[in-house]
Amino acid sequence: MENENNNKKIEAYTGPGWVLTTLEMFMNWGRQRSPWPLPYGTACCGIEMMAALAAGYDMARFGAERPSFSPRQADVLIEAGTITKKMEPILKRIYEQMAEPKWVISMGACACSGGVFRTYSTVQGIDTIIPVDVYIPGCPPRPEALLQALIMILNKIGKDHPYYRFKSELEGNL
Amino acid sequence: MIDLIIALIKVVGIWSFTLGVAAVMTWVERRGAALIQDRPGPNRAGLFGILQPVCDGIKLFTKENIVPEKADKVLFNLGPIMFAIPAFSAFAVIPFGDRIIIGGKEILLQISNIDIGFLYIVALGSLAVYGVIIGGWGSNNKYSILGGLRSTAQLISYEVPWGLALLGVVLVYGTFNLREIALAQQGTFLGILPNWGVFHQPLGFILFMVAAYAEANRVPFDLPEAESEIVSGYHTEYGSMKLGVYLFGEYVNITTLSALTVTFYFGSWHLPYINMASFLGDGTIIYGIASFLIFCLKVSFFLWLFVWVRWTVPRFRYDQVMKLGWKSLIPLALFNLFITTLFIQIKYYIGG
Ligand code: SF4
Repeated sequence: MENENNNKKIEAYTGPGWVLTTLEMFMNWGRQRSPWPLPYGTACCGIEMMAALAAGYDMARFGAERPSFSPRQADVLIEAGTITKKMEPILKRIYEQMAEPKWVISMGACACSGGVFRTYSTVQGIDTIIPVDVYIPGCPPRPEALLQALIMILNKIGKDHPYYRFKSELEGNL
Repeated sequence: MIDLIIALIKVVGIWSFTLGVAAVMTWVERRGAALIQDRPGPNRAGLFGILQPVCDGIKLFTKENIVPEKADKVLFNLGPIMFAIPAFSAFAVIPFGDRIIIGGKEILLQISNIDIGFLYIVALGSLAVYGVIIGGWGSNNKYSILGGLRSTAQLISYEVPWGLALLGVVLVYGTFNLREIALAQQGTFLGILPNWGVFHQPLGFILFMVAAYAEANRVPFDLPEAESEIVSGYHTEYGSMKLGVYLFGEYVNITTLSALTVTFYFGSWHLPYINMASFLGDGTIIYGIASFLIFCLKVSFFLWLFVWVRWTVPRFRYDQVMKLGWKSLIPLALFNLFITTLFIQIKYYIGG
């Protein structure tokens, strides 16, 4: 039974057709060039993030301009800094308020794993609260590292399938 | 019938023209900011990032459309529409060139040549505030409401000097009709200067410019969306294309304001010292196109001025804005009006 179904699928291609794939390409092309960041700098890593946004490194080259302080308008959440237990619900809420599609960069040792703050008051990595797309190690990471992380996100957007995202959301799989 | 078709062509043409200018302006703004801040600016989409507005559009269109649960659904959706419509409609009475005569038929390069053009502009200018306050109220978010209220107060206060400054020009040329105002700016004034509004009304021009920046919610008067104080102001809760409409409406607004500046103060389509109509022949197609291009050139300078000022000066504090509006601009505008009337009277009695 299982085999039969598979055979049928091979005979009649059931994936998205030309129109859908082209539309996906088009959407990805647009999204890749306009990832508006939400700067969420909670500690010293935030300074490096500002450096990446400013003239020397200029993240705006990739379209990552207009830092949106309203989560509704942002695409990429850049979490730069230590997250304490008190900050935990706020970060979670900010993430939930962002509109799909959204991506998260975890910047610095603190955000990735708690870093040097192995204490009762610090969250040991933000991936215990929200999903993370790219981790940047370092204490603090250099602005180049943040740019690399952004490029990795852009590559990820390029491989994205908005159609499947939408479909699995409809079926309640997400 | 033929009139209807011509009108339709003009409407569609001007509509796409303003849309196109607004789209290009988002790119100019970002590259201009980069130029002023000594960085490359967006350069990944197309040549010099010229396709950046397209990318932003695609992204905003395909983003999730969030309507907050506690928001007033009707008002929330109405906000951006109310903001965009007055911005677009204001262009209807602005002449964007002289006229073309084809087969004895006169085609004015203006959508509608109404006699109360000035009143229409002022009325629509005050309508724009509804989009902001409705959006701010409908979002049911404290920052949105604060942003909306600030914007209302600011727009209402600056509406007064804005209108009074324009009234000076109306007094000088003695008409409410924008086309007649534009036509009257031909020739020279006092023998040496071009007969432009800015030379008749230097004080009025400065007042108008300051008030125009406040009307467009641009830096240094962008208090309704001061990030450090109230997140994104009235559009805090807006994502996806509704935000796009707000941002876009702002550029349409500044396009309209630049066109108004050119019409009232910088001689619309006239070149200084050169009478183009006699040069190229009044009513020929080439004259129509040339007048349109000159108009565009002047408008683009004022568009660039908006960008230039935005990335050069810091933001005012809220009480400073109110003080400037009520204690400086309005008395100066009234003074300007008084002086203008005085001169007109003196001229009337002396010159007859
Ligand atoms: S990783 Fe280092 S630099 Fe970054 S926030 Fe933590 S302690 Fe500061």
